[in-house]
Amino acid sequence: MYKIVSKKTLAPAIHEYEILAPRVAKKAQAGQFIIVRIDEQGERIPLTIADFNREAGTITIVFAEAGYSTKKLGRLNEGDSVLDFVGPLGVPSHVDKFGTVVMVAGGVGVAPVFPIAREMKDAGNQVVSIMGARNKELIFWEEKMKAASSELLVTTDDGSYVRKGFVTDVLREYIEAQGKPALVMAIGPLPMMRAVVNVTKEYEIKTMVSLNSIMVDGTGMCGACRVTVGGETRFVCVDGPEFDGHQVDFEEQLMRSRKYKSEEQHALTKESCGCGGGGKCHG
Amino acid sequence: MAKKIIPNKNPMPHQDPKVRAKNFDEVALGYSKETAMAEAERCLNCKKPFCKEGCPVSVDIPEFIAHVREGNFDDAAKVIKRTNALPAVCGRVCPQEHQCEKFCIVGKKNEPVAIGRLERFVGDYIIDKEAQVEAVESTGYKVAIVGSGPAGLACAADLARQGHSVTMFEALHTPGGVLMYGIPEFRLPKKIVQTEIQNLKKMGVTIETNAIIGQIASLDELLTEEGFDAAFLGTGAGTPYFMNLQGENFNGVYSANEFLTRSNLMKAYCFPQCDTPIKVGKKVAVLGGGNVAMDAARTALRLGAEEVYIVYRRSRAELPARLEEVEHAEEEGVKFLFLTNPTRYIGNEEGWLTGLECIKMELGEPDASGRRKPVPIPDSTFILPLDVVVVAIGQGPNPLLTKTTPDLETNKRGNIVADEAGKTSKEGVYAGGDVVTGAATVIKAMGAGRAAAKSIHEYLIAKGPKKQ
Ligand SMILES: Cc1cc2nc3c(=O)[nH]c(=O)nc-3n(C[C@H](O)[C@H](O)[C@H](O)COP(=O)(O)OP(=O)(O)OC[C@H]3O[C@@H](n4cnc5c(N)ncnc54)[C@H](O)[C@@H]3O)c2cc1C
Ligand SMILES: Cc1cc2nc3c(=O)[nH]c(=O)nc-3n(C[C@H](O)[C@H](O)[C@H](O)COP(=O)(O)OP(=O)(O)OC[C@H]3O[C@@H](n4cnc5c(N)ncnc54)[C@H](O)[C@@H]3O)c2cc1C
Ligand code: SF4
Ligand code: SF4
Ligand code: FES
Ligand SMILES: [Mg+2]
Repeated sequence: MYKIVSKKTLAPAIHEYEILAPRVAKKAQAGQFIIVRIDEQGERIPLTIADFNREAGTITIVFAEAGYSTKKLGRLNEGDSVLDFVGPLGVPSHVDKFGTVVMVAGGVGVAPVFPIAREMKDAGNQVVSIMGARNKELIFWEEKMKAASSELLVTTDDGSYVRKGFVTDVLREYIEAQGKPALVMAIGPLPMMRAVVNVTKEYEIKTMVSLNSIMVDGTGMCGACRVTVGGETRFVCVDGPEFDGHQVDFEEQLMRSRKYKSEEQHALTKESCGCGGGGKCHG
Repeated sequence: MAKKIIPNKNPMPHQDPKVRAKNFDEVALGYSKETAMAEAERCLNCKKPFCKEGCPVSVDIPEFIAHVREGNFDDAAKVIKRTNALPAVCGRVCPQEHQCEKFCIVGKKNEPVAIGRLERFVGDYIIDKEAQVEAVESTGYKVAIVGSGPAGLACAADLARQGHSVTMFEALHTPGGVLMYGIPEFRLPKKIVQTEIQNLKKMGVTIETNAIIGQIASLDELLTEEGFDAAFLGTGAGTPYFMNLQGENFNGVYSANEFLTRSNLMKAYCFPQCDTPIKVGKKVAVLGGGNVAMDAARTALRLGAEEVYIVYRRSRAELPARLEEVEHAEEEGVKFLFLTNPTRYIGNEEGWLTGLECIKMELGEPDASGRRKPVPIPDSTFILPLDVVVVAIGQGPNPLLTKTTPDLETNKRGNIVADEAGKTSKEGVYAGGDVVTGAATVIKAMGAGRAAAKSIHEYLIAKGPKKQ
């Protein structure tokens, strides 16, 4: 069992948990993820490592209530425990001294971007972070991002905070005014990452994206997380999650992300486990 | 006095095929005491038992069967357990027709003695009994076991029995390896596997689940910082192979590992009570002809598919699956398309699989394996309309551990190189099971785990008493 040592609700339906998992915390690096399973009936939910504290032995996750399982996770409280918590998974971000690095975060993507931005800055890069959300209410970790960046640009889709516009608008303006950065890194919903990649393709700027394909084991055993990169099939959980955005087949990823749409809807309507402890799911 | 041999095995009671094709309960129900004792009568108690030579771990077959004949099931169990720690598992899943039963003398003219069924009977007889745990003096040595499949389980049991302190690391949330995530409930009830794992725990073995060696700690860290004196690697063959055909990433194309893991380990068959979904569809094809393919096909039926095909490029005679599984699959209504090879997947605009293009094959000259090589028949392609395809053409080793252990020798397929005794290129590190041999069998993996346990014990004892 892995204990939730603190819970904060950052925005409507967006939570930050610190979870006690000393072995994972000891090894965690920016860009990696964990898989959590809430209880015996639970599915395996992949979430990015948003922060870690090696001394306290904790991992911070930030998640949006997207469907049945993340809603169920969101109902837990400080002091509760989750049954399984495995990681660190995936390949850590490649951090080096590149020069100027633009970090683009969309929605909950702020959380995974944060530790990478911090490391990029520590490595001596000029880190320009662009964070965007649908509206003011959904903005979180602004202070943390400010500290992790050399410069922070905030935008909202509806203009309810700082300015109106998409992260790609800000990115384009930045490139036009300041010139091409050495590297762009984008994390957020698939359509947002695809939009960023379309902009940076125009300017020929190397761009890394972090994919969140559907997963089961997260160890390279099942192939659920397949993605086509540069014409070849790769497994996001062990070959990624970060890939060269200009090589990723986003159309295929979008279609694959909808694989269980009808089941996900169905799951939302269920009450609780109907088999009452004696059913097959407890076998 | 010549004994009259009853020509056929005592039949195994089964669930009716129509009923069982809709549930996940065990198909074969097991012998009763009376039937087991009657079947034991068929054994000639050979002075030179050929059956024993066919068993990868040399179970003393006539000896255990003699005890069954007398109704001394506890003694029978003791005999089997001298060489095979998991009779309830092996009696169910060993390919007996290629191993022990293939060589049984009775089988020359009649059906062989049902060695597997008798072994299963004995295994089941003792499984509910409290395992006898003898207290052993601790040697003070610590051994790490990576992977909790049959190889790791067998190795851990033997080492614990010798007084070594054993910690097992497992990547998944449940120990058992393929026995838990791959082989379905209707063939191997999970309760049996979990009982055996509980017995290991009673022997003092510590099991750390959710622990991927190579990610959470490297092998070198286990051997240095964490103070392990030796390690056994039984990480299996978990990486699924795909055919690299056009359209393989359409929604609806599964690896057998994903399909079976969702159903077995994650209990997707009881979605939405359990949270993990699975897509079944009305028409399903499984590519391949081994046990994995049979398991996937029969799982698809049970999940509600209306038509399930096995697409296999050779003919029936070459099917590598256990004979019993093929027969069961046929009885349940799985359709076999022999001498048929897939050429590409067909999908719609939204990225969903709609069919599989196949070509008919014929058998040509024998290939390197001695089997006649299937060659395509020109202009014989056809399209099979489908919702789901499960690719079951084999698995390779997982590289997470080996790529973080540069001084551990692997071959070009990524398998760890180890000798018969389990010794690898790295001092104090032993390996066995599918990660060494490539996908093989449960009993071979267990045999390798035991051989390695013996080597590890000798290696540690040669060091003298553990210095604190
Ligand atoms: C490497 C990785 C890192 C991630 N990091 C974060 C994060 O830091 N914060 C966050 O809020 N979300 C993150 N996600 C996404 C998160 O895993 C999904 O939102 C979650 O699994 C949805 O489950 P659900 O049952 O609540 O919703 P559902 O209604 O079941 O699904 C909503 C959508 O989430 C996706 N999804 C569903 N099941 C899975 C699954 N098993 N694996 C992956 N995606 C799935 C699908 O696209 C689906 O349409 C990450 C995903 C991956 C693969
Ligand atoms: C569907 C299916 C049906 C089969 N049917 C039969 C049958 O009927 N009869 C038969 O004899 N054989 C059968 N087999 C083959 C048999 O199951 C295998 O040969 C056997 O399980 C191999 O045992 P193992 O211990 O080497 O590996 P596995 O059983 O594969 O176990 C390896 C374990 O190691 C874990 N692991 C891997 N990497 C790491 C790491 N880095 N850190 C921690 N843990 C790790 C894995 O999660 C896994 O639990 C079948 C296989 C499958 C897939
Ligand atoms: S372990 Fe397998 S091969 Fe050996 S006797 Fe038992 S059933 Fe036969
Ligand atoms: S070969 Fe057959 S008859 Fe002879 S001992 Fe073995 S099982 Fe019995
Ligand atoms: S999640 Fe199973 S292989 Fe990536
Ligand atoms: Mg879900």
